[in-house]
Formats: sequence, structure tokens, C-alpha cells
Amino acid sequence: MQQQQGNRFFFNVDWITVLIYIALCAIGFTNIYASIYNPDKAGVFDFTSSYGKQLIYIITGLILGLSILLFDGRLFNVFSPFIYGGTLVLLLAVLVIGNKVAGNQAWISIGSFKLQPAEFAKFGTALLLARYVGTFNPKFRDLKSILIAALIVGAPLVLIMLQPDTGSALVFLSFMFPLYREGLSGYFLLIFLGMIVLFVADFLVPTYILIIIIVSIAALFIYTNRRKQKIIFSTILVTAFAIGYLFLIKVAYEKVLAPHQRSRIELMLGLKTDNRGAGYNVIQSQIAIGSGQATGRGFLEGTQTKYGYVPEQSTDFIFSTIGEEWGFLGCSVVIGLYIFLLLRLINLAERQRSTFSRVYGYCVACILFFHVFINIGMTIGIIPVIGIPLPLISYGGSSLWSFTILLFIFLKLDSNRMGFF
Amino acid sequence: MDQLFNRKYIVQGLFIVIALILLGKLFYIQIISDAAFVSAESNVLRKIYKYPARGAILDRHMKVIVQNEPVYDLMVTPNEVKPFDTLALAKALDITVDEVRKNLKKARGKSTYQSTPFLKQISVQSYARLQEMLYRFPGFRTQDRTIRHYPDSVGGQLFGYVKEVDSADIAKSEGFYRPGDYKGKSGIERSYEEILRGEKGVINTVYDAHNTPQGSYADGKYDINAVSGERLISGIDMRIQKLGEELMNNKVGAIVAIEPSSGEVLAFVSSPGYDPNLLVGRSQGNNYMSLIGNPYKPSMVRPIQGRYPPGSSFKPIDALLGLQEGVIDVNTTFNCPGYYMAGNHKVKCEHVDGNISMRRGIARSCNTYFCYVFQKLITRNGMKNQRQTYQDWRDKIAKFGFGQTLDIDLPFEKAGYFYNSDHYDKIYNKRWGYTTVISQAIGQGEITATPLQIANAMAVIANRGYYIKPHLIRAMGDKIKKEYVEKNYVGVDAKYFEPVIDGMQDCVNTSWGTAILSRIPDVVLCGKTGTVQNPHGKNHSVFIGFAPRDNPKIAIAVIVENAGYGSTYAAPIASYMIEKYLKGNISGARASQVEWMKNQNLLPVLKDKTKGIKLTKTDSLSIKKIDSAKRAKDSLRIKSATIKQTVAIKPREFKAIIDDKPVSNK
Ligand SMILES: [Zn+2]
Repeated sequence: MQQQQGNRFFFNVDWITVLIYIALCAIGFTNIYASIYNPDKAGVFDFTSSYGKQLIYIITGLILGLSILLFDGRLFNVFSPFIYGGTLVLLLAVLVIGNKVAGNQAWISIGSFKLQPAEFAKFGTALLLARYVGTFNPKFRDLKSILIAALIVGAPLVLIMLQPDTGSALVFLSFMFPLYREGLSGYFLLIFLGMIVLFVADFLVPTYILIIIIVSIAALFIYTNRRKQKIIFSTILVTAFAIGYLFLIKVAYEKVLAPHQRSRIELMLGLKTDNRGAGYNVIQSQIAIGSGQATGRGFLEGTQTKYGYVPEQSTDFIFSTIGEEWGFLGCSVVIGLYIFLLLRLINLAERQRSTFSRVYGYCVACILFFHVFINIGMTIGIIPVIGIPLPLISYGGSSLWSFTILLFIFLKLDSNRMGFF
Repeated sequence: MDQLFNRKYIVQGLFIVIALILLGKLFYIQIISDAAFVSAESNVLRKIYKYPARGAILDRHMKVIVQNEPVYDLMVTPNEVKPFDTLALAKALDITVDEVRKNLKKARGKSTYQSTPFLKQISVQSYARLQEMLYRFPGFRTQDRTIRHYPDSVGGQLFGYVKEVDSADIAKSEGFYRPGDYKGKSGIERSYEEILRGEKGVINTVYDAHNTPQGSYADGKYDINAVSGERLISGIDMRIQKLGEELMNNKVGAIVAIEPSSGEVLAFVSSPGYDPNLLVGRSQGNNYMSLIGNPYKPSMVRPIQGRYPPGSSFKPIDALLGLQEGVIDVNTTFNCPGYYMAGNHKVKCEHVDGNISMRRGIARSCNTYFCYVFQKLITRNGMKNQRQTYQDWRDKIAKFGFGQTLDIDLPFEKAGYFYNSDHYDKIYNKRWGYTTVISQAIGQGEITATPLQIANAMAVIANRGYYIKPHLIRAMGDKIKKEYVEKNYVGVDAKYFEPVIDGMQDCVNTSWGTAILSRIPDVVLCGKTGTVQNPHGKNHSVFIGFAPRDNPKIAIAVIVENAGYGSTYAAPIASYMIEKYLKGNISGARASQVEWMKNQNLLPVLKDKTKGIKLTKTDSLSIKKIDSAKRAKDSLRIKSATIKQTVAIKPREFKAIIDDKPVSNK
């Protein structure tokens, strides 16, 4: 209506989010620089080094983000099936022509450029899911809509599991939250939570004790609701499932998980200690973070960082650099920025007129949330080692660009929020 | 707005809860716990220790008697080791390839990233060879340190030994000692450990994750330079220490000589002795076991641990107490028919002198005379108060240093037995008197003393009434020690000493004295022979004395076990020691007597009770007189052969040396 022609592309863009985006990228660059800092080569800016490349990724990422703002927001809705289909093709392609790196077939090399399709599958899936919900407005009370949503999320998830890339696959579980917001029963979340709790408990407590506990709780529950047949029935069903699940875990754990995954889980649960093998990264990462104490050792002063004690420090373990050199203060600032961004994204999503935009906004926030929680949790040892990057901070073009695209598409949708489509 | 809008808060709440969990864990590992900080330091920091030289020890003439020799340990940091020519390393070190592998495995077992000893105390030749080729063995480096050297090869028990700390030492030191540190374990090395050891130096080096050194930590701000231990100046006169050990060759016993005016110990001989250099270097462990296993117990520090009946050294003290208490005067005589009757048992005397004076009683070591003095002392307040007067007598004698440790600056000093009257109250149900304990009058019976205590009592007489606590070290670094200046008075007036000393002078310098053969030309030696009864074998030969009479320079106690009369062995040995100390050499015919004495073998015959076989006297302990560690090896071979002969003997059954049980007169 009252669009000013001059800056109509950037009209209504939430610049606060852009600022947080830039801040996180800058924090990433600074800490990547510190991670690979070599006192002997100080003072020379080297574009072939990781920090040099990251600077290029950031600049190109920013250009990419701003160009997304030039698109018509409706295009994303319209093209979402094609984008989703394209990422599925890429995921299939990577299984055939991909490069195997450290046991995972996750990369497609195009010249010197390496593409990680799993990163892009996230926004492809988010777009299609948003379109499905936006178009059909299902309330997820019926099995059909739940199955359709599960199919949209499950297809890329399965393909990623085949690489196998457990970390990226896990992130797809974040789509449960947008679905929940759109009406999916809270029980799904509770069941999901219960499955995690039972999974962990199954390692720490003998199975028969768990069964006794579950049965007693169920009995108590049935007794208090003894008039309501339906509840009694479903309680018995849930109890049976829970007990079956307990046994399934044991079998799946032995048969399905690779030995390195098993040992990661055991390490995280404190069932095993290993200072040199699989636990080495986590221990060194925790040492580096812990040694930062309240205010950190200072920029370029972290001994663990400088002398290379934390493996993969510029990528998955970048948070250990922040922890060591900037201390609890720095960690709080970073986590604070993320939380501010996440809460803002949810607020932005809620102010959308279109369901498509809202669902997409939730998807963006929850994908980011999963990344942040899993990555930081991993570096401080409360989550098993799952190799996924810290959004916008970890070194790497694919990851940075995919988050940029993810975020800026939403910013574009948000700037169009008054429109109807 | 639909009603699902509220679910926004659930999602946002979850974000916040998770963020708080992350921050909580971060707060714990970054702020509450410092475990990570400590681990981070140990990740990057490697401390290389610089071992200080131990302080040297000098004798009273500033001759070095304990010094240091450089040695080199070959250290290895297992995870820096790259494949190397094991044969070349083995050759350079004079060890086998198997040993190279074994040592490497052992080092790896201790730590993979810390520098640990690969081979300790490598020879100078090996060290020289290695210096040229060490670059071929990455991960290896040499660590220089010093070990002790005792140039005179005497004073094993006196100096003690230094040994690598064990886990108990480390635990007790609360972090001061680290594995690989050395510590004085006995003798002076132990009692002056804190002064001798100096301060370890530390160089902090930063290492990266690939174990490549990255230079000094914090520009060396936390590095510490090694500070050498302070030197000690002892009161020992190495000339007579050496002479004493030679004289006591093939004899069991002890010599203690003290400078009365200062309390400085001039000689501290424990026989059989051993070369302290045996307990230095790589064969330390084996040699130590040999010493421990030796049936003559060379590991015992006899001057402070041997407990002997003080015997005749009590007689002058009895006389002094008698005079002080007024129960006798200088002219009191008693009749000696060759024995003294204490109730119905007889204390024998070596002679029949009839009426005998105090002066002559001391010179002739008359048992009868001093039994009478004792009788008079104990019964002076009537027969009913004997228990109190006995206690009074005991306390006065204790003032001379008996029945208590003298706090000499050596570890493990023993006090000896000297019972209070309540001890006899218990045994005799308070029905006892002077006749019950009469043997104590002549230093026999249920009383034992160390040679140090006996020599100290002589110093009291030499000083005419006081002693300064005997000590081995008189100065640390440039500081004169202050602890040992206090005069301990014994409560006997100086005027009573002269008549007693007259008797002691006569003992050595008149034809009727017991030690006339030990007279020293131009020196007035005052002394007293003793023959200490030993129920397990031949009597112990004892001599105590001091010289010269006026302004005494040396007080001495000599005990030769199982050697019979005091005049035969102990007295001449004392006289040679004194002459050497006062004149610098032994004159005339006495010089050849010294050689004769050195060659006397008085080692007691060892009985093997388990087998009933009588073993002959071992000709020599063969554990002395070695100058270098190399020669020590050869000598040990001889020695282990000797030890083998006697290996079946249980040391406990060899009672001739020391006896804690009191001896009583029959
Ligand atoms: Zn007599």
C-alpha cells in the first residue's frame, strides 16, 4: 500500500535480527582466528587460512542474504516443493558420488568447493512443511496429516541417516516443535521426552527396576482414574509400549549403533572414561572451557587453544575457544545472543499473518535451537559427541550459507508479513 | 489469534530452560571447579627440574669429608620417542638391547608424556659418547645431578646415606618431594636434610598438543634457579676418625671422642664400619641388603644405639656424689678384702688391697670401695628411706646424661635403661634396699648406657661439673649453631673434682694404676679402665678418660666388645686416639703398637644355633676401604662371598654385640 519505491526491497526488514546475525558471524571469525592463530605468522592476513576463508564466507553469505531480500517472498512458497525435491536429489546424489570423509559420505565436491547437501535439506524441508501446513491448515488431530508431516520430515532424515550423519539427522527432530505449535498433541513431545529419559535410564538403572517403576506408576494412575475406561486402556497401552521400548533399546544399542557411537554415549553417561580415545575431544574441550574461568584468558592467550589441545576446534568445537579465551562472561554473551535471537524469531513468527511464514519461522528458530543446544552441550559434556556446527560461528561455508539462507528467507517473509499469500 | 498461540510460551520457555542448563554447567566448570584449570596447566606445562648440589661437609680443620660428584641420568619422554637404532643406544650405554627395550617399556608404564628416568647414573664415558649422538634418539635427554662422595671412605654410620625418595616420603612431605628426588635417610645426611638438600630449580616449558616445546612459560616468570645446599662444618677430626676406624678394624665396638669445652664430637666410630660410598650409586640397593644381612650388624650406629653397662665409668661419679653429699671425704678409706658383701651376696674385686683410699680406689678400680660409697649414699637418711635416697642418687647420676637421650644431631639415638625406684617398688613390693641394687654402684646390673653417654660423662669430669650437649655439626653455612652453647651443670661443686681426677690420673700414670701401659709421653691422661661383664661371652673392654688434665681438649670412651680387660685393648686405643689428636702423630715405639692393634682380630665367634656348626671368625668384613664405586663392585664380590658363609645365622641369636637385657652380678 504505502511502499516507498526507493528501498522497497529492504522495507520492514527486522534489522535487529540482522545485527545479531552479524554479531554472531563476527564472534565466529574472531574465534576461528584465535583457534588457528600462530604467533610466528602473526600480522599477515592470509586468505588461504581458515579465518581468511571464513571472512570470504561471511562476506559472500551477507551478499547472499541481502540478495534473498530482493526476491519476492511469495516465490519461496511457490517453489518450496521444487527446492525440497532438489535437496532430496542432492541427498541421493551424495550417496552415489559423494566423498567419504571420516566414515561419512556427506560431501559433494564441485571443483575445490565442497557442498554438504544435508545443510540445505534443512531449509528445503522447512519450506515444504510450512507450505503443507499453510495450504491445508491441518490441526494434526488425524493420522493422515501426521503421516504427511512425518513423510516430509522423514524422507530427508532417512537419506541423511544413510550417509550416515547422525548429527544432522537429529536436527530434523526439531520440526516437532513447529508441528506442536500448529496443533500436534503435546503428548508427542512428552512421549519423545519419555523416550529420551527411558533411553538414558536404561543405561544407568537395571531394566527390571525400571519395569517395576513404570508398572507402579501405571497402576497408581489407573487406580486414580478407575472410572474412566478410556484412560485405563491407553495407560495399559503406553505401559506396554514403554516396556517393549526398553528391550528394543538394548537390542538396537547392540545391533544398530556403531561401536564409536556406543562409546560416545557411554562416555557421556559417565559409564566409561577414556582420556585418549573417543573421550579425548570432550575432555580437552571441557578443560579448555573450564580453564577460561570467569573472564577468560584473553584474546589469543588461551594456551589450550594456541597449542592445539582441542581437536576440530575451529569447526565443531569452536565454543571451547570462546570458553577459554572469554570465560564464563563470553559464554554467557554468546548464549545470551542466541537466546535473544531465538525468542525474537518466535515473536516474529507469531506476528505473521500467513501460516506459511509462521511455520517457517518456527522451523528456523527450532533448527537453530537444536544446533546451539547440541553443539554447546557436546563441548561441555552433557550431550554425546554429535558432530554438528555451532550456527554462524563454526568454521565452514556450507553451514554458514545454509543458516544465512534459512534466516534471510524468514526475514524476507517477515518483511512481507502484511501480505496475504 | 488461536488458542494454540499459548504454545509459543512453552517453546520459548524450553529455550530458556535449556539455556539455563548450559549456563549452569558452564558456571560449574568455569567458576566453581578449578579442576579444568589445573588440567589445562598440566596439559601445556612441563617442568624440568634442576637438581641442586647437596651441601658439602667439612671437618674441624676445614677438610672436605663429604663432597659431590656429577652423574648423569638418561631420561626419556616415551611419546616423543621415534624409532631409533636400539643397538647403537645399547652400545653407548654398555647395556643390552633387551635392557633398552625393557627400560623403555618401564618408562612408558610410568608416564607417556612426562620425562622419566631411562637409565640412572650413567658413567662419564657413556655420557661423553651419548652427547655426540643424542640427536639420533629423539625423546631422550640427559639430566645432570650430583651424588655423594666420601673421600676418606670412613664414617658410614656417621654420615648415613642418601636415597631416592619412596612413596611414603613423598606423601609425608606434602608435595615437597617428587619421584626422582633424593633424601638423606640416616646419619648426618638425614638429620641435616633440610640444610643439605638446597632448593630444586624448575624450568617451565610450554608444550603444544604434538608435544613440541613452544618455549618458556610466561617468559620464565615462574622458573626457579636451583640453590645448592649449604655446607656444614662438623667438629669431627677426620684424622682421628680414620685412625679410630682403623684401630677398630675387625673388632666390634665404638669410640666416641668429645671436645669437653664445646661438646663437639671429634670422633664417632662404630665398628664394624663400612665405606659410605657403598651406599651411593647404582649398587646401593644390593650393598644395603648386604649390610643389613651382615651378622655383625654394621648398620647399627653403636655410639648412640649400642647399650652397654657403663661399668667403671660410674665409679668416679659415685665418688663425686659421695663427696658432694658429705658421706665421704677425700681421706675416707674402706677395707677391701677382695670382695664386698651386700647382704648375703658377694661383689668381687680384682685385687686384695686392705685399707684403700678414694684416690687409689679410683686408680685401681676397686669395686669394694664404691660399693661402700653407694651403701653410704643410699643409707644416709636411715634404712627406711633407702627408696627415696636411691631415687635421689639416680636423678643425680641422670644429670650426667644417663638414662636419657642427649639430643645429638643424629637420628635414632637411644636412651639406655636406668630405672627409677618405683620400678623396684613394683618388682620387690617396696621391700628392697641398697643391697638389692648394689651392682649399679659399679655400673653393672640393670643399667645400660650408650658410648656417647659414657663419653659425655667424661666430658663432665673434664669440665669439672658441666657438659654441653654433644653434637656433630658446629656450623651451617657461615652461621655458628646456637643450640649447643648451654652449659648443663650436674650439681657437683668444682672443688670435688680434683681429688677424683687425681685418682684417674693415677690410673694411667702410676705403677699401681690399671692403664699404666697406655701412658702418653708428655701428656697427662686421666682415665679409667673398665671390664664390663657380659653374660653371653667374653667381657667387654672399656676405657674412659680425658686429656690433658688441665684445660682438657678431648674426652673419650672406647668400648671393644668381647675383648676382655679394659687395659688390654680399650685403653691403648684411647691413648692412640688422644695422642694423635693432641700431637698430630704417634711417637716412638707406640707407632708400631698402633699397627699391631689395627691387625688384632677380636670379632666374636658366631654360633649357628640352627645347624650347630661353629663358624670360624671371619677374617675381615671386607666392606671397607673403597674409593670409587667401581672398586666397590670388586670388593663387594669378596664380601658377598664372606657373607654367604654366615648367611644362615639369625642375627637375633647373636647376642655378643649388644644386649638390652641387664646384666646382674651373681
Ligand atoms: Zn678392691
